[in-house]
Amino acid sequence: MSRETLAYHWGKHHRTYVENLNKQVVGTDLEGLSLEDIIIVTYNKGDILPAFNNAAQAWNHDFFWESMKPGGGGKPSGDLLDLIERDFGSFERFIEEFKAAAATQFGSGWAWLAYKANRLDVENAVNPWPSEKDKELVIVKSPNAVNPLVWDYFPLLTIDVWEHAYYLDFQNRRPDYISVFMEKLVSWETVNTRLEKAKARAAEREMEEERRRKEEEEGKPTNEEEDDDDLEMYVDNDNDDSEAE
Amino acid sequence: MALRSLATRKTLTLALKSTRLAQSRALQTFSLPDLPYDYGALEPSISGEIMQLHHQKHHQTYITNYNKALEQLHDAIQKGDSSTVVKLQSAIKFNGGGHINHSIFWKNLAPISEGGGEPPHGSLGWAIDTNFGSLESLIQKMNAEGAALQGSGWVWLGLDKELKKLVVETTTNQDPLVTNGPNLVPLLGIDVWEHAYYLQYKNVRPDYLKNVWKVINWKYASEVYEKESA
Repeated sequence: MSRETLAYHWGKHHRTYVENLNKQVVGTDLEGLSLEDIIIVTYNKGDILPAFNNAAQAWNHDFFWESMKPGGGGKPSGDLLDLIERDFGSFERFIEEFKAAAATQFGSGWAWLAYKANRLDVENAVNPWPSEKDKELVIVKSPNAVNPLVWDYFPLLTIDVWEHAYYLDFQNRRPDYISVFMEKLVSWETVNTRLEKAKARAAEREMEEERRRKEEEEGKPTNEEEDDDDLEMYVDNDNDDSEAE
Repeated sequence: MALRSLATRKTLTLALKSTRLAQSRALQTFSLPDLPYDYGALEPSISGEIMQLHHQKHHQTYITNYNKALEQLHDAIQKGDSSTVVKLQSAIKFNGGGHINHSIFWKNLAPISEGGGEPPHGSLGWAIDTNFGSLESLIQKMNAEGAALQGSGWVWLGLDKELKKLVVETTTNQDPLVTNGPNLVPLLGIDVWEHAYYLQYKNVRPDYLKNVWKVINWKYASEVYEKESA
């Protein structure tokens, strides 16, 4: 990735997103919110509000720079490699799929490796039967400014496939750009750190949800018309739930 | 026995009919149209380097992939493979749209020596004044919408054949103008994908939009307008 590309991509494109976002946020309800909160609020479940594009693009580009390092590339190791092999069959299959996703994102957008913890591919849906198996790595692609935060996934790695990301260096040859990114730029250490954080937050969230569910059930008011037998049956059901995994 | 020979004759006739049909439904393939001017003829508004890449690489790729998708569609239709037929729709829209849009675009441009930039006269000039107040005001509107378009797409001057008026529209990616309304006819389209201007203008899309008007071929737009509003 040439110096010239970085000078424009970071120095102009990214900078413009940040400056314009600041202008849009000042004096509104969004002021004082974290960037990630602004993204979720302005995504507005798909009915996007004006500040979304600048907010999401500001975040996406931060995430993109941190996904790379000089002398990057190679292979991941440890938990990350294990999960990749479990969810994609092999590291080579993963690379193939990631490159294909990046190459087939029509128009402008991004390709992502993300950690999905008990979320369905439908916005804001939570898996009603959570299990260890449903925490997995997925490859997703998104148009323009959209990113996996809006689907409640944990992003781990991204590649920018807007034309401005590669046109000076590769012109129309997007597949070549993608290959060079994978072979020479990806920072697997960063991806690993992000995965650890994602797993920790997923576990935290599970505990939160479990606690909230218990509180809800214990706080349930008893129906005066029901007799004691019914109450006992209800308590039995409660025990069954807590043993389910 | 008589029944059997009847069945055979029927099958033969059917077979003959379907061969004739298949021959008449032979697949047409598309090829890259030549530019009516040299790659460097639109400078300094659009660089020769951009014109060459845009024409020989981008447009050609849309055509290649469009032909491929059509062939796959043809196969799928013949086999009755509905899920492949549906799956191919986005590739056809994207690559077919790319071919349609760029074919119009090359005609929308002309070197200054051949009338590029010369304002429209006749019925189109009059229609622009009626619909937008003035040519400057139309240009301002198209530039504003073109600059505001997020990501990749096109900004169009179109004729709404049903309402009989001129409209400014934008489409995303390679969606042709007709996807915004079946009665819309494209008169003039400006490509605002980054590949259309990046090597020369980098991130400053508004500068590209300001300069492209110097090579817009209003003669072609007028011809289309006169034909479609007749």
